[in-house]
Amino acid sequence: MTVMSYIEAINRAMKEEMRRDDDVFLLGEDVGKRGGVFRASEGLYEAFGQTRVIDTPLAESAIVGVGIGASMYGMKPIAEIQFVDFILPAVNQIVSEAAKMRYRSNNDWSCPITIRAPYGGGVHGALYHSQSLEALFASQPGLKIVMPSSPKDALGLLKAAIRDPDPVLYLEHKKAYRLLKEDLPDEEVLIEIGKANTVRKGDDLTVITYGLCVEFSKKAAEKLTEKGHTVELLDLRTVYPLDEQAIIEAAKKTGKVLLITEDNKEGSIISEVSAIIGEHCLFDLDAPIFRLAAPNVPAMPYAPPLEKAFMVSEDKVYEKMLEVAMY
Amino acid sequence: MTLKTMNMPQLGESVTEGTISQWLVSAGDTVDIYQPLVDVMTDKVNAEVPSSFKGIIKECLVTEDETVAVGTPICHIEVEEIEAAKVEETARKKEQAVVSEKQSMKKRYSPKVLSLASEHGVDLSAITGTGLNGRITRKDVEMFIEKPSPTSTDKQKDISLSQPEQVHAKRIANKQSPHPEFKGDREIPVTGIRKSIAENMVRATSEIPHAWMMIEVDVTNLVNYRNAEKTKFKEQEGYNLSYFSFFLNAVAKALKKFPELNSSWQGDTIVQHKDINLSIAVGNETELYVPVIKNVDEKSIKGIAKDVHVLAHKAKHGQLTNEDMTGGTFTVNNTGTFGSVQSMGVINYPQAAILQVESIVKRPVIIDDMIAARDMVNLCLSLDHRVLDGVICGRFMSHVKGILENISGDTTPIY
Repeated sequence: MTVMSYIEAINRAMKEEMRRDDDVFLLGEDVGKRGGVFRASEGLYEAFGQTRVIDTPLAESAIVGVGIGASMYGMKPIAEIQFVDFILPAVNQIVSEAAKMRYRSNNDWSCPITIRAPYGGGVHGALYHSQSLEALFASQPGLKIVMPSSPKDALGLLKAAIRDPDPVLYLEHKKAYRLLKEDLPDEEVLIEIGKANTVRKGDDLTVITYGLCVEFSKKAAEKLTEKGHTVELLDLRTVYPLDEQAIIEAAKKTGKVLLITEDNKEGSIISEVSAIIGEHCLFDLDAPIFRLAAPNVPAMPYAPPLEKAFMVSEDKVYEKMLEVAMY
Repeated sequence: MTLKTMNMPQLGESVTEGTISQWLVSAGDTVDIYQPLVDVMTDKVNAEVPSSFKGIIKECLVTEDETVAVGTPICHIEVEEIEAAKVEETARKKEQAVVSEKQSMKKRYSPKVLSLASEHGVDLSAITGTGLNGRITRKDVEMFIEKPSPTSTDKQKDISLSQPEQVHAKRIANKQSPHPEFKGDREIPVTGIRKSIAENMVRATSEIPHAWMMIEVDVTNLVNYRNAEKTKFKEQEGYNLSYFSFFLNAVAKALKKFPELNSSWQGDTIVQHKDINLSIAVGNETELYVPVIKNVDEKSIKGIAKDVHVLAHKAKHGQLTNEDMTGGTFTVNNTGTFGSVQSMGVINYPQAAILQVESIVKRPVIIDDMIAARDMVNLCLSLDHRVLDGVICGRFMSHVKGILENISGDTTPIY
């Protein structure tokens, strides 16, 4: 067992996979000599050389496009986008090419590419370094989106993403990088993509969330036990496609559901989760479905008080949990 | 003329409700800004609520002895300023909404509640809702199915009863009160300080493994010393030179020597406190307060006597503040004032021990094979056995005994 931070777990996952499979390589801005702006790829350039850890120009469309081409020839690229806020020039490559490749070629071609991108706020990153853009990609069959909530999940899900035969968008929370630490087993960790995870069991309300909000929810749920309410906490892990079965079971268990995301509320991942519950759980609901999310404001503000007001926090989760429990 | 509303203020950080103990004004009175309107009692403090406005009291919305949540309107005051009538109107609307909302959700059933009710043949009107505005929750129904009501368990056995009859039986059972009623019985709502005392006592007795110990102390010297000084002291200082001050002084000295007893249980650690702050129990007819004398080890007998006097006076008149009641590290309880000669105290959570000082009685004692009439007192210690063991407490108690038996003008000056 070794204590590892979230970002160290990501580094370990890439190292292990590159060692295991010669076809795995990394490309992105400053991923080589510099080791990534967040140091996610630290030591990889030294270990695997410049042909497997490639520094690219500032051109996101090219980073993903090159990756897609290589993957169609049997390589397993990991394309790093420095911030998810800058992924937009690559949307055409991801949505129109990677996600549709297997379908449009009638199974002749596929794109086993992993696209890694840091997302999320709470780090004074302001408008263009704080966004959550998962919902933008969450309606593209053919694409998978995973968002780990802990170092162990970061490790297991990234390794599974690299081995996945189809494109996976791997979104990592930049505030979690050094905030979350965990004892990780030295043996291999693989976590199945597409399956949600029950983080804690409870009987009074169900909280369904993902990413850093899982951490807030864990702490708030712990605090809520003092008030005599227990929380069933489901971490989605994969936000697209969703684990419908797990969502339905968790919602039915307590009949009171609170959905949490750091993203803007409208049309977010949890909007879809809410629709699934609405379709399948009508007669098991004991309360309206509650949502806690960022306000419908264009992006995370820079001023600290405004950022605090925008961002979901442990306190906000606790308040909302209490409201749902008392309903 | 504008109507302004006074709301129940938040008196203290974790306080969520307050009980109106007494109105100091009534409808029609003219009040000034900051003039006290009402005495409010919470489980932490008693306080006067001052008026935020200058005007005429229009209506008191909460009756005496009623407990309301923080933020609840308590009275209307008519203010002279001319303001938009709109404000007044919304305030009134809001207030009406609050009143009608109290039970407004009682008959709004969620799909889950209806499914459960039809599945188990439950009559929902027999269930008291614990949810928002009286709403019946899934848990309420599940609880009801598990345990319909305390008196109807025998009805449960009779499954052969057809469903409507069963439901009817339940309904009757529910109407019966759980205890026999006698004429003249008085129901006293458990609120404020009483509620807080009850919660603390349950917590202390259910969580702390109590152990007990009692020693006998010969305080003849103390009695003589105090009798010689008390009249002069009262003349000079204006308050009594109580025995209790000497006991507090002795306990503080002993705690200095045995800091293990001056500690508290904090889950995974035991915190040994540097300051010796003694909680003392002070009661009036209905309530018990535990104010704190800070840094007793630094005070003279006179200083302690003065603190006891001030705190007792405050407790009697309901003027104790939150500040007066926090920070205690050990409790000394003067049970002797009631004539008690032996008692088992409940530890003041999360402290580690409590010492009961019983009444001083003259008793025949054998000294050097001769019978003598001595002033004797029992000291009873309750200890948290997680924190403390018999050996250390025994040493502590004999140290207290040693100090008390050797009290004289030389060892323990009053000033």
